[in-house]
Amino acid sequence: MDDSGHTLSDPQTWLDAHGDSLYRFALMRVRDSTVAEDLVQETLLAALRARDRFAGAASERTWLVAILKNKIIDHFRRNRHEVTLPDDDPDEAIDAMFLEGNNHWARPPAAWQHPDQALEQTEFWKTFEDCLQALPARQAEAFALTEFDNHSSEELCKILEVSTSNLWVLLHRARLRLRECLEQHWFGASEENR
Amino acid sequence: MLSCKEVSELLSKARDTRLPLYQRLAVRLHLLYCEGCTQFRRQLAFLHRLARHPGATGAGAARLPEPARQRIREQLRRECR
Repeated sequence: MDDSGHTLSDPQTWLDAHGDSLYRFALMRVRDSTVAEDLVQETLLAALRARDRFAGAASERTWLVAILKNKIIDHFRRNRHEVTLPDDDPDEAIDAMFLEGNNHWARPPAAWQHPDQALEQTEFWKTFEDCLQALPARQAEAFALTEFDNHSSEELCKILEVSTSNLWVLLHRARLRLRECLEQHWFGASEENR
Repeated sequence: MLSCKEVSELLSKARDTRLPLYQRLAVRLHLLYCEGCTQFRRQLAFLHRLARHPGATGAGAARLPEPARQRIREQLRRECR
């Protein structure tokens, strides 16, 4: 068993070494710069208080990110809007994606050219962040916690205080919106340029 | 017969849980003749790869704003004493 592989550096260096990464990590999930700043601060202070319990099993960065993840979940919990969406809560933007009557695609999803190459482009990530920013808050939270952080549906339902079926509705809507936004602002646009 | 809206719901759900056999079959049948849903399925897989990509922590290479950095530095210093 190797649990002494990692040691902590001087806490005074944490901010310079990890501040930007932690901030970006938080910003991608909470989509609000003030909240992200506060989460970085809470994380570093919590890490400082807990540094005697650092086991060395993970790197300093991994350890800090783990603390940040918990802070993000606490934030979502604190922020829980008292209302729980009913399953049939109307969402006009989603309805408009399908034809009235037969519920086929109004604009069928297109074949995206070289999607994985897009992941290497900074411009693409800006587009994606804009798309993420445009999502309704709860859909974005559901998407971020599921896809970025791999939380199980059961955990997520507790964090977001929704039923499983509501969670699936949120995820479905988030994914539909994101794919449409990416197709409109990236994949569709780049095809025209060819 | 399932509509595209229903199939898109099931395809999304299938990323998070295992669908019962009859639904999996119904979706597979639909995908045989529906190009839009076939693309949607690929795009769901792409969104998943995207979220696992190192760029997903990028946030436009945003940097912790300077006022916040100083505030946090001050807090840490106080706490260290």
